[in-house]
Parts: sequence; C-alpha cells; structure tokens
Amino acid sequence: MFLTKLKRILRSGFVNFWRNGFVTVAAILVMTVTLFVMGSLIFVDAMLDSSLAQIEEKVDVNVYFTLDASEEEIQSVKAKVEGIPEVAFVEYISQEQALENFKELRLAEGDETSLQALEELEDNPLPARLNVRAAETDQYETIATFVESDRALPGSGRDVIDKVNFFQNEEAINTLSSIINSIDRLSLVTIIIFVIISILIVFNTIRLAIYTAREEIEVMQLVGASRRYIRGPFIVEGVMYGVVSALIALVLFYPVTLSIGPFTELFFGSTNAFDYYVDNFAQMFLILMFVGAALGAVSSWLATKKYLRL
Amino acid sequence: MTDSDPLIEFRDVYKAYIDDIKVLKDINLEIGVGEFVSVAGASGAGKTTLMKLILVEIAPTKGDVLYDKTRIHSLSRDEITEHRRRIGMVFQDFRLLPHKTAYENIAFAMEAAGRSDEDIESDVPYALELVNLSDKMWSFPQELSGGQKQRLAIARAIVNNPDVVIADEPTGNLDPNNANEVIEILKKINDLGTTVLLTTHNKDVVDALENRVITMEGGEIIRDAKTGKYIL
Repeated sequence: MFLTKLKRILRSGFVNFWRNGFVTVAAILVMTVTLFVMGSLIFVDAMLDSSLAQIEEKVDVNVYFTLDASEEEIQSVKAKVEGIPEVAFVEYISQEQALENFKELRLAEGDETSLQALEELEDNPLPARLNVRAAETDQYETIATFVESDRALPGSGRDVIDKVNFFQNEEAINTLSSIINSIDRLSLVTIIIFVIISILIVFNTIRLAIYTAREEIEVMQLVGASRRYIRGPFIVEGVMYGVVSALIALVLFYPVTLSIGPFTELFFGSTNAFDYYVDNFAQMFLILMFVGAALGAVSSWLATKKYLRL
Repeated sequence: MTDSDPLIEFRDVYKAYIDDIKVLKDINLEIGVGEFVSVAGASGAGKTTLMKLILVEIAPTKGDVLYDKTRIHSLSRDEITEHRRRIGMVFQDFRLLPHKTAYENIAFAMEAAGRSDEDIESDVPYALELVNLSDKMWSFPQELSGGQKQRLAIARAIVNNPDVVIADEPTGNLDPNNANEVIEILKKINDLGTTVLLTTHNKDVVDALENRVITMEGGEIIRDAKTGKYIL
C-alpha cells in the first residue's frame, strides 16, 4: 500500500506541475533567479578566496642566520620552526643557493657592477635563511616571536639567528591581515544576507502558489484524504520547481561565465569564472540541485501546513 | 450498527462562534439508517452549521454529536479522516478539484480512502454512468455545466459507498430542470439504502420529496415532521 500511495503522490505531483501552467512558470522564474544569485555567490566567494590565497602566498617571514651558523644548527632551528602549529611551510635557502639566486637576479637585471663586486669577495657574504609561511596571515607575529625567543635556539645553545624580517614588515603584514579578515567576514555576511533573502522570496512564491489551491486542500480534507496524502503532491511539485530551476540556472551559467571569464581573470588575479564553472560543474550541480529541491520541499511543507487545519 | 440504531445523533447541542451569539440552540435530533431527511430553513437558520458539526469541521460549544454511537468531537485527527470517508459530501458550489478531470476527481476520493487501482478502474466509470456523465469522463470541471458539475460531485460523494450523503444546498446554483435531476439522483441513492441528509431553502424541492422534514429557524429546530412540507 505504501508503494501504491507513493506512486499516486508522485504522479499527482507531476501532473499538477504540468497543469498549473502560469503558477508553475512564475515559481520556476523566481526560483531560477534565486538559485542563479546563490550560484553567483559561490563563484564570487571562490574567486575572492583564490585572490586572497594568492596575496597570502606572497607574504612570508624570513629568518636570517649568522654567517658562522653550521648546517647542523640551521637544521635544528628549522625543525623547531616546523614544529610550530601555526607554520604551514618552511623553505630552507642555503648560503650557496642564496648566492646563486642573487647572481641570477642581477644577471636578469643586467647589473654587471654588483656581479663584479661579488667576484672580488673571497667569502660568500649572503647568509642562509628560512622562508616561513604561516597558515593565516595574522599568525606571523606568533611565529616571529617564537623564533626570536630562546626556545628556537639550536642544540648547541648558541644564538645563530641574525634577524627576523617580520618586525621590519610588521605594519604592512598586519594591515594586509586585517584587510583579508575584513573581506572574509564581509563576504560571509553578504552571502548569509543573500541566502536569507533568497529563501524568503522562494518561500513566499511557493506559498502564493499553494494559496491558490487552498480551497482544493479544504475539499481534499472533507472527502477524507489524510494530511500526508494531501501534502505529498505539493511537496513533489515544490521539489520539481527546485530541480527545473537549478537546471536552468546551471545552463545560464555557461554563457554568463564564458563572457565574463576574461574580466574575472583580470580582476581576481588568475581565477577565470568559466574555468571555475567547468572545473567545479559537478559540485555546482549537486549544490544547486540540493538547495533547489530542499527549498521547494520545505517551502511547500510549510505553506500547506497553514491550510491543513480542518 | 442495526437499522433501528440512529446513525447520527445530536444531544443538547449548542454552537456559538462568538460568546453570546448562538448559531445553534439546544439541538436534539436522531437520524436513522436509510432515512431521507430534509433540513429546511432560511439563510442563517443553522443548517450548514449542523452539517459542519457532522463533518467535524467545527466542534459544538456544548453537547454531543454522535455518529454510529461514537462522540465524533473527541476523535483524533486520523480518526476524523476515517470518519469523513464514511460520509459523501455534496456542496452548493460543487467544490470540485479544478485541475483534475471528472475521472480524476472521483478517483481522488477513492485513492484518499485507500482503494486499489483495480477498484478505481472499475468503480469510477460506473459512478459516472450512474449520474449520466460517462461521455464527460476526461473533461475538466470548467468544461461542465452547473448541473453536470453537481452530478459529478454526487458521483464523487457516493463512489466509496458512504453511510450517508450530506447534500448542503445542492440545488442552490441550479436551474429547476437540473435541480430536479439532482434530487432524483439523491432519491435513487436513498432507494439503494444510503441515508441522505439534504439542506435546502427550496420549498418546491422539500414539498416534492414528501419525506421527513426538519425545519430550523434562528438556530433552533421548530418542527420535525415525518412527511412534512416547507412551512416557512
């Protein structure tokens, strides 16, 4: 009996969806716009995240060693720095590597004078260093403070750290960190506001669609239909609004992201909206389908509740 | 339930929507199995309130309404749904489902009652044939005339073999010919053993039936005659 009822509810929901004509078209239009806005927020959030990540990648703290620091002492400090929970990545640049990098850079810039001056020196004047990257930009101060403290001393107990450049760049890093955090918070608040507005719009549209059927619901109750049996087809109809709207929104994203792709690449750094759409299509598909179907079902459930009081 | 037991019983029933404005006063009434009862009265006499109490659309302010010896106003929500399946309802404004065809309108009542697909396939055409609407099986309500709509509503009301058909002003929106046709169908249903409870303020209908007539005025029963006439 359960399967028979389920079959009848599904059939009735599908039939109502097709027969409700204008109401169906209106509900789908509103839901498509809503899901398109939600999808756009996903795009903007992803591209903003990507841009901020790119900026964050350009920030690091350099720990410079004294020229007489041994390889063993440097490795000991490196291991301790890697042990800090806030540290995401540590890159070791030896004296030789630093010299090589310096030469390549000067050569590329055509700075012959510096190269000749370097040739005159017997010893390598460039110190070894650690490039330390934090998981979050606001964690650099913690890392720098740790490195400057006694806890970072190597096994020999000798202070082999010459300087930590965070304190020179502290103001710039803190400002950047504060901007990134503000943008993160602002985008989250914006997304929440838009999602709430979207849910309210969809809920009211479906409520209006079901309002037109309030007398039918009353009649169904009077002929002895159970609440579940009355509500079921409306929920199926709501889910169908959501699924069809999600499909339309997904299709619309193709030409839209294709046309604004180059612009987003320019504006957000290396992130192209169309590439993001193609690469994350399956994820977008699942999110929009789920959100659309859930919004349709919950809105229908709540809207029918009002008229099922006989 | 035996034929001598009342199917519907009102015991000292009062109904007031707003504190002191009573729409039903001290109603005591028994309707037996197989009876054809007309409830006559002007608008506002309380006829429709009486029907709503039987359908448990509203609850009495005081007193008891019994259906097949059960106090229906203490039923649970699921029991009310079951109770309504034992009643066939016909309304003045038809109250058909506008997005369903004639076939689907009747089938819905059967589906709601949990009837099988086989039953639906055999009984819906039969019900439509009983009310002379076989040729309108796939028409939507808006494609039917007033008389046809009311006949379709009757087919929906009887398809689950209810104990009682309650017809609330079924001829109110119909011309005399269609009104007669609807009354004839109700008589036929009653002849087959189903109790019929008809509310009307149509003198011709009441007089022609020559059945039990309960006359109401101002929320009270002022006359209950075995083979009555319209006296207002």
